[in-house]
Amino acid sequence: MWLLFSAGGVVAALVLPVLLVLFGVAIPLGWVKAPDYPQLLATLRNPLTRLALLGVCALALVHAAHRLRFTVEHALRLRRQDPIIATVCYGGAIAGAAAAAYLLFVAL
Amino acid sequence: MISPLEARYYRRPIPLLWWARRRSYLTFMVRELSSVFVALFVVELLLLVRAVGGGPAAYERFLGTMAEPAMIVLNVVALAFVLLHAVTFANLTPRAMVVRVRRYRVPPRVVLAGVYFGWLVVTLFLAWLVVG
Repeated sequence: MWLLFSAGGVVAALVLPVLLVLFGVAIPLGWVKAPDYPQLLATLRNPLTRLALLGVCALALVHAAHRLRFTVEHALRLRRQDPIIATVCYGGAIAGAAAAAYLLFVAL
Repeated sequence: MISPLEARYYRRPIPLLWWARRRSYLTFMVRELSSVFVALFVVELLLLVRAVGGGPAAYERFLGTMAEPAMIVLNVVALAFVLLHAVTFANLTPRAMVVRVRRYRVPPRVVLAGVYFGWLVVTLFLAWLVVG
């Protein structure tokens, strides 16, 4: 669990900022031209991209779930509700990872 | 008088907003909350993948949604939190990891510089991959 958590933290720190700058700010504001559809489709359909993105999404979600679990428990003093909170957090992360697998390998 | 038994089971009550009392606690909470925005952006990324899978029209619609002013504001806020996450996590690395070369410990500063260099390389590679 600890290993997944720190791996997710590293991956999120390395990969997410640049993607967020591009897709969240630079492209919507027109600073950077949006990638052409065929080009983006080809990049995403590359098996390496699919695997890498699945790994990034799953690990980052597990990381966030783990952190959120303890943050909610500590901040709001809900230690006793740990089984419920843990189930919701990790369940959400697993559901997100499953959705990522479906979107990347089936629907794309 | 409090009996020893009572003293043993006494717990100091902690106020619900204990983390708002001190700056360092508050920083801790803000850093922990960055994970919410990490998860949020993962969802946005997956919506992008879904839009691309849905064809050119769906992709255009996705770009339109991302260009809404509210979305841009949300993403700027998310970016601040994701950057906070990235910087705090990078700064943690030399403390969590001791790198040795032939029994000599690599100085933490060098490890940190390596982390930031790796970050730069990944960033440039991904930017090239996306923008072409």
